[in-house]
Amino acid sequence: MSQLKLSSVEVSFDRQTIVDGVSFYLGEGDIGCLLGPSGCGKTTLLRAIAGFEQVTSGRIELDGRLVSSPGQHIPPEKRGIGMVFQDFALFPHLTVFENVAFGIRKQSDEEQRKRVNQLLSHVGLAGYGPRYPHQLSGGQQQRIALARALAPKPRLLLMDEPFSSLDAELRESLAAEVRNLLKEEGITALLVTHDQQEAFAMADRAGVMYHGRLLQWDTPYGLYHQPAHHLVADFIGVGVLVHGSVTDNLEVDTPLGLLRGDEVVRGTEGEAVDVLIRPDDIVIDDTSERRAKIVARGFRGAHFLYTAELENGSHLLCMAPSHNQYELGQEVGLRLNLDHLVLFPSGYCDT
Amino acid sequence: MVRTIGKAGRHLGVKLWRKWHDISLPLVAVIICLPLIVVVASFFIGLAGEEQRATLSHLFSTVIGEYVKHSAILLLGVGLMVLVIGVATAWLTTACEFPGVRWLRWALLLPLAMPAYITAYTYSGMLSFEGPVQSALRTLSGWGLGDYAFPEIRSLTGAVLVMGFVLFPYVYLVTRAAFIEQSRAAIEAGRTLGLGPWQSFSRVALPMARPAIATGVTLALMETLADYGTVHFYGVTTFTTGIFRTWYGMDDKVGALQLASILLSAVVVLMLVERISRKQSRYHHAGRSNHATRPMRLRGGKAVLAFMVCFLPVVFGFLLPALQLLSWSFDRLDVWTDSAFWILIRNSLVLAALAAVITVTFALWLCYGKRVASKRQQTSSTRITKASVSFASLGYAIPGVVIAVGVMVPLSWLDHRIIAFSESVFGVNPGLIFSGTIIALLFAYTVRFLSISIQTVESGLSQISHAMDESGRILGLKSQEVLTRIHFPLLRTSLITAGILVFVDVLKELPATLVLRPFNFNTLAVRAYEMAGDERLADAGPAAIMIVLAGLIPVILLSRAMNRRQTLSKEEARPLDPRPGEIYEPV
Repeated sequence: MSQLKLSSVEVSFDRQTIVDGVSFYLGEGDIGCLLGPSGCGKTTLLRAIAGFEQVTSGRIELDGRLVSSPGQHIPPEKRGIGMVFQDFALFPHLTVFENVAFGIRKQSDEEQRKRVNQLLSHVGLAGYGPRYPHQLSGGQQQRIALARALAPKPRLLLMDEPFSSLDAELRESLAAEVRNLLKEEGITALLVTHDQQEAFAMADRAGVMYHGRLLQWDTPYGLYHQPAHHLVADFIGVGVLVHGSVTDNLEVDTPLGLLRGDEVVRGTEGEAVDVLIRPDDIVIDDTSERRAKIVARGFRGAHFLYTAELENGSHLLCMAPSHNQYELGQEVGLRLNLDHLVLFPSGYCDT
Repeated sequence: MVRTIGKAGRHLGVKLWRKWHDISLPLVAVIICLPLIVVVASFFIGLAGEEQRATLSHLFSTVIGEYVKHSAILLLGVGLMVLVIGVATAWLTTACEFPGVRWLRWALLLPLAMPAYITAYTYSGMLSFEGPVQSALRTLSGWGLGDYAFPEIRSLTGAVLVMGFVLFPYVYLVTRAAFIEQSRAAIEAGRTLGLGPWQSFSRVALPMARPAIATGVTLALMETLADYGTVHFYGVTTFTTGIFRTWYGMDDKVGALQLASILLSAVVVLMLVERISRKQSRYHHAGRSNHATRPMRLRGGKAVLAFMVCFLPVVFGFLLPALQLLSWSFDRLDVWTDSAFWILIRNSLVLAALAAVITVTFALWLCYGKRVASKRQQTSSTRITKASVSFASLGYAIPGVVIAVGVMVPLSWLDHRIIAFSESVFGVNPGLIFSGTIIALLFAYTVRFLSISIQTVESGLSQISHAMDESGRILGLKSQEVLTRIHFPLLRTSLITAGILVFVDVLKELPATLVLRPFNFNTLAVRAYEMAGDERLADAGPAAIMIVLAGLIPVILLSRAMNRRQTLSKEEARPLDPRPGEIYEPV
């Protein structure tokens, strides 16, 4: 139960920089989440916080105490950090009880039994103590791994892709369960995932990593609606970037017309920019004069995701409920429903 | 009409083929197991007859107590040695990084190339009164004969030491594989739960490798029980030497069979332990991802210590004996031009090649039968097929002496029936067709080494999924084309490997060859053993070095397979190359 602070953390192997100048702060009792595609360095960063990797520069502080810097490295077993591994890493030769009790083996038998039983009923597996890990299902193993990590009351809990080996349905329900449990126990936790739904379901604070850099550290809402970098916009949700230029009214002139959000446009007059247009920013409205042709569609269950082509050839994504079907090649009207503009310096546009 | 007959005929053909399959596989299994059946049956028959009971009780009152004591000491001593050396070297070479560790990883397999009986006789030469060690001692100290006490290598302790240094790679190999396959996460989970680096070895890595260690130790102990050359040469009486003495010295077939059956029961116990531990090890995989543990870098004194712990077993198990053999071979260069020596080589090669072809053929047949059966629904016949393959692979654990005795009895019975029949009908004595020719030898080799080929072929076949067959068929291959165009290219390496492994094992095999070889038919192994037994140690050198050179082949194969495994898990552990994420949803 404490805070985690990273300042310009860098981790390199063989002169290859895996984590590049990452800084963020995670407050007491908060759940943080590192998002990013595979190979972005998020797992390495997590392992550096756990103490399995040395930092090549920067500092990691836990509870105000320096745990990692180029000159100081506290070994993992002395950090008081709990960790849930991607494949759970339960000890196959020990029973469920012995697994959970492993981190508190120095306490008296009575204390151990009390804590283990408390945790087992907490994770809904009371009475599973005498079983062996291989006799449990994936979801059960995951809960035991969590109970084992929580038993020594760690100051910080790390989770590496904790739900990735479970099926989709189980993943969602477990994520909610785990969040409740962590909140109940008031545990500061940091998880790593490539699944944004998981991040949105669990995290108070989240960050997106690319090529070792942390591009943005924000609330999940902020990541979606105010991405600070076009790569964040790429990774979180769907959308397209549309070319435009800032006008003297501080609006943006685009093929979709003059765009204006409810906030003042940041940018100088005449500057070329890219505007992020999410599917939820566009409404299909046949009365609108702005015409477009449907060129692709994907069924998403409750709705269709359409790709519409404007007259100038640029593409947009938009959604419509699935009982309102449009055919390929059909012409529709589009209306913009922007409440704020997300602008990036021009040059990354994909249309 | 014609069509229906054709169809019916084809149906009948398929049916007959299936029936033949269902019958032939168990039949092969029974034939392969025949020597074992004979030995086991002899024990029970032995309990029936008056005379046999007397033999048995005589054996019990005289020699068996001694055999049991010696065998127990051997098993205990060798077991402890291989356990300590095998586990220590496996852990150091997997979890630590120190100068020389790269070549030590494969060098630790080298003792496998040395048959124990050859190592035994080189040490006997090195440590004898005229040998280099005692000579150097005398030169340095000025002592003469009788001035000093030197421990006798030709003793029970000597046998334990020799076999320990030769057999520890079994434990090293299996345990190292287990350590490599252990998920890095399990060790790290231990660290986050408060274990230091050494504690995480003793409390997590070691217990998780326990089933593998047990497998390795039991394999080494089976070899210990099967050994004849070392114990005989060092004058230690055990069951194997006892069986020989009773069979040849006293010409007491019943007694030999009974001793064999007692030895067999000890082997069965070991086999059960091995099976159980193999089963357990299936559960001992901590996770699906096989991340290798990042090795700890050792420096200074610790690195020197680690190096010595790994290097000394290589020195004692391989380098010293090999150097001694080399020096003897150079002393006796004349042997190489001796035609008798080349006959030995020819005999050995012919036997080994024939045995390799026979066992691989049988293995292919049995494994295909099992594969076909596993595709069908579970019926009693598929169960019988699977059981047949398991029974046919029992031989790996059975000492060569026991197999030899078990082969000799039914074959000579058969031969005498044939002679009697032929004499009464044709008036001709055809001689001992089976028991007096290399057929008996080949039969014994097949029994002993079939499991090696079965294992190799099975693992090769397991790479070829049924879906591969089916996709071949979908793409227009006929069923025999599936064999020639998919299976054969994929299996080729496995078949060659299986053949080589059997080939080399036959070259090294001693006890069964000694019992079953036709009159005046010698092999390299037999010559090395006989020369050494006659104290003509140097004369045994050239034959022995040929065997060791051949023995190096499977060691190279093994170390290559091991390397591949380690690099594979290393590659997985390295962070993936960063690559740009896909931009936006596909349009």
